[in-house]
Amino acid sequence: MIPDGVEDEEKWLAAGITGLQQNAFYMHRALDSNNVKDALKYSAQMLSELRTSRLSPHKYYELYMRAFDELRKLEMFFEEETRRGCSIIDLYELVQHAGNILPRLYLLCTVGSVYIKSKEAPAKDVLKDLVEMCRGIQNPVRGLFLRSYLSQISRDKLPDIGSEYEGDADTVVDAVEFVLQNFTEMNKLWVRMQHQGPAREKERREKERSELRDLVGKNLHVLSQIEGVDLDMYRDTVLPRVLEQVVNCKDELAQYYLMDCIIQVFPDEYHLQTLEILLGACPQLQPSVDIKTVLSRLMERLSNYAASSVEVLPEFLQVEAFAKLNSAIGKVIEAQVDMPIAGAVTLYSSLLTFTLHVHPDRLDYVDQILGACVKKLSGKGKLDDSKATKQIVALLSAPLEKYNDIETALKLTNYPHVMEHLDNGTNKVMAGVIIQSIIKSRICISTAEKVGALFELVKGLIKDLDENLHDELDEEDFNEEQNSVARLIQMLYNDDPEEMLKIICTVRKHILTGGPKRLPFTIPPLVFNSLKLVRRLQGQQENAAAEEVAPTPKKIFQLLNQTIEALSTVPVPELALRLYLQCAEAANDCDLEPVAYEFFTQAYILYEEEISDSRAQVTAIHLIIGTLQRMHVFGVENRDTLTHKATGYSAKLLKKPDQCRAVYACSHLFWIDDNDSVKDGERVLLCLKRALRIANAAQQMANATRGSSGSVMLFIEILNKYLYFFEKGNPEINVSAIQGLIELITTEMQSDSITPDPAADAFFASTLRYIQFQKQKGGAMGEKYEPIKV
Amino acid sequence: MNFLIGAFNPPCSVTISLNDEATRKQVPWRKENGQTDMVPLFKSQENIIGKVLIEPHGKKVEHTGVKIELLGQIELYFDRGNFYDFTSLVRELDVPGDLYERKTYPFEFSTVEMLYESYNGANVRLRYILKVTVSRNIFSNIVAYQDFVVRNYTPLPSVNNSIKMEVGIEDCLHIEFEYNKSKYHLKDVIIGKIYFLLVRIKIKNMELEIRRRESTGAGPNTYVDTETLAKYELMDGAPVGGESIPIRLFLSPYELTPTYRNINNKFSVKYYLNLVLVDEEDGRYFKQQEINVYRLLATS
Repeated sequence: MIPDGVEDEEKWLAAGITGLQQNAFYMHRALDSNNVKDALKYSAQMLSELRTSRLSPHKYYELYMRAFDELRKLEMFFEEETRRGCSIIDLYELVQHAGNILPRLYLLCTVGSVYIKSKEAPAKDVLKDLVEMCRGIQNPVRGLFLRSYLSQISRDKLPDIGSEYEGDADTVVDAVEFVLQNFTEMNKLWVRMQHQGPAREKERREKERSELRDLVGKNLHVLSQIEGVDLDMYRDTVLPRVLEQVVNCKDELAQYYLMDCIIQVFPDEYHLQTLEILLGACPQLQPSVDIKTVLSRLMERLSNYAASSVEVLPEFLQVEAFAKLNSAIGKVIEAQVDMPIAGAVTLYSSLLTFTLHVHPDRLDYVDQILGACVKKLSGKGKLDDSKATKQIVALLSAPLEKYNDIETALKLTNYPHVMEHLDNGTNKVMAGVIIQSIIKSRICISTAEKVGALFELVKGLIKDLDENLHDELDEEDFNEEQNSVARLIQMLYNDDPEEMLKIICTVRKHILTGGPKRLPFTIPPLVFNSLKLVRRLQGQQENAAAEEVAPTPKKIFQLLNQTIEALSTVPVPELALRLYLQCAEAANDCDLEPVAYEFFTQAYILYEEEISDSRAQVTAIHLIIGTLQRMHVFGVENRDTLTHKATGYSAKLLKKPDQCRAVYACSHLFWIDDNDSVKDGERVLLCLKRALRIANAAQQMANATRGSSGSVMLFIEILNKYLYFFEKGNPEINVSAIQGLIELITTEMQSDSITPDPAADAFFASTLRYIQFQKQKGGAMGEKYEPIKV
Repeated sequence: MNFLIGAFNPPCSVTISLNDEATRKQVPWRKENGQTDMVPLFKSQENIIGKVLIEPHGKKVEHTGVKIELLGQIELYFDRGNFYDFTSLVRELDVPGDLYERKTYPFEFSTVEMLYESYNGANVRLRYILKVTVSRNIFSNIVAYQDFVVRNYTPLPSVNNSIKMEVGIEDCLHIEFEYNKSKYHLKDVIIGKIYFLLVRIKIKNMELEIRRRESTGAGPNTYVDTETLAKYELMDGAPVGGESIPIRLFLSPYELTPTYRNINNKFSVKYYLNLVLVDEEDGRYFKQQEINVYRLLATS
């Protein structure tokens, strides 16, 4: 009975087609000569080819389709025959004389179709008879095809409301009854298929079954097309009956397919109104059925339905769709102990999507779902199942996308608990997503509480969750992550300084746990964010000073001091130094001399103790000089101390040119243009002279070591400084000094030993041009310049 | 040879005709020579009225009397040549004398009791004939026959119970079947269903057979012939427990006769419904049930 191979099957199919065509030929001849008896005889013989057991459903279908076409012709013949006066009732009996059941029933259905059209008997009676007689075929494949044929020919003849076959009252009930019965029988046959034949071919059989599923599902489609099936009938008759069959068949394949079918073919509003019934069936399905997909599809449909129009939303509320779905999911998860975590999470994720669509205002629902998810996950620790992880990410991303507002998500208390179950990598990705979402939405997080919650969420990025993973991290990824955290810190803002301070404290608390690798990324934004607050306070200081609790710059500076100190553990002295200087400058603006002094002290200590690289030193010293120059808060003593130190550092730089440059930069420390108290021309000159000396020394050193004198660049630079102070009116800088310097440079440049340096040439030339220009400008400046000869 | 033929040729022809020949229904009837003729149809208690036409071929025909007989005969094939006349009616048509020209004799058998139906079976035949004998001497009697068929009609039985039965093989197969009646007329429909209670064998299909059992003779000389008249497939494939399969079998296409019980102590014809289940190894499980077949009195 079971085909040995594809080849044999092809052979059998070919033989079947030949037999069918031969008999069809004789049948046509009989039809042409209006010979009813022969027509029946040959059509029965033709249909006998369908009695084969040798073909797979796929091939059988091919044969069936050919027979189907022939039967259409026969049906037309029957119709003509009745028009010619042949009694349809007689024909209906006549075809039943066939001895073999399968041809008999095909013929019966064909005549039955004509019978209904003739309206000599109520459609419901004929249909009832047909569907009843078809019980004779218990072979699954043949039965399915026969009943499919019945379904096909009866589709347009159901006594539906508004149909021409509608009889007395309530005939739509008969139509539904008919389809339901046919459906039930087909499903039974379909389910039974798996038990036919040897166990070793089970897999192949299941595949074949799968191919036949649409024959069964078609019935549900027909049901959905019946006009008369209104909500009441669907709820009271159709759905319970279909579900009864689905549940009772206890077959995995069928249950999954049919549940999906139900969801796909019937209208959304029906689903909504019958949710309880539909969901009630879910826990009763076989444990192996993929309910999660089924439910997910349902929720997806309902979500789309809700999204389609706002008018339908009240319906959702009215039927308490959420509560029902939620409890159904709970039951399903409970019932299916073996369901993988991924499945459960998928369900929750779908429910969440649904909730977000339908009840965007019910944050508590969302939290409830997350809570249920946490409960399910509790005790499972970190998940190592990639599918589940993916689903959790989806679950967590959904609210972010929906609300586009992290504040809402932060209200979800269970959110971080769910995140805890992600493995570290994913956790970080998720945290990244959250941060991206914040950055994208450009929303400032404005309370300390929310900030706390947020940092709880993204703690995967804030601190090491697992020590041993450290080394595997990709440097670039890490940097990117931390940069995003830095950006996040910048997003925190509140107009109220008090709250803002709290936010800063909260952030500080969190980022200080981050360990040496993260601090260099996270502290600077915090410092700057704090300084922003300081600047804001600066304006209102007087008014707010009265209040005890109010944040004062002083308090913030203390905090900052401690914060920056944390960097010493890293250590990144250059960065810390910069931050100290920034703070000092801010303190300066707040007129807090001791604070500013303290910051400078810290910076100097760092310079002395930590910054040993000469290059770094150069940069640092210039920063120090630059900052110090602008400080106006210091008294003479403090300032002296600091400038003295700075000058000292400058002179001790390793390379001569660096020394020289630092020293002439120091000259600015004694001359602040808009501050008359700091205009010490003498010390300026001292610095410049010292710079000249160093430049000379550098020149000689170059001569000594390389045999050629170095660049005159330093001299030109010093000349420019001279000119600057000259212009500013420093009495110590006189024309002769400038003149001397110009001559020196000119001599140097004409000396043979010097290496030509176009940059220096250009620089010098433009300096001279400047002098010339100033001279020609006339006025006070012109007079001042007049004596200089170039 | 001519005179020989002439010697064997009957000196006259005899024709039997019925008065209502034109209107009376004719039915096919297979004669002993195997040919099928259309013959008139009668039922019990009818009057059989007609004429006998005797036409001498030229010469005068001497005879010792002319008679017409109505005979009901049972012929058992194993006992060939022996006819049992269960009915024998005689009408004398003419006294001994000479016939010079054609002559017509009217005859009439009134309200003839013909309880048995004509029947053509495998081992037995029941027939009715009109036999005209122009007696001459023992060797040269001139005889003519006219077959006719008798069918008797029965009104609807007042009691007609259904046949219902549960059968099975322990732990293997249990079925319950029901035929809606126990008595069926010839154009009846058998409606019923088979309910499968337990199925542990691999059934391939199920058929309903109509079998005719003709038993002839009596005692040690009883001959039984069984013929399957119909094989009607009821089910294709293997059912599971709980399935019920409908039966609807139209009897009209099959050549049935009514059930005949112990006709003149010579033979019986009985009908059975045989429900056959065939398993995948072609094993057959069956249950046979007798049904009564009758000829329904047509009600207009």
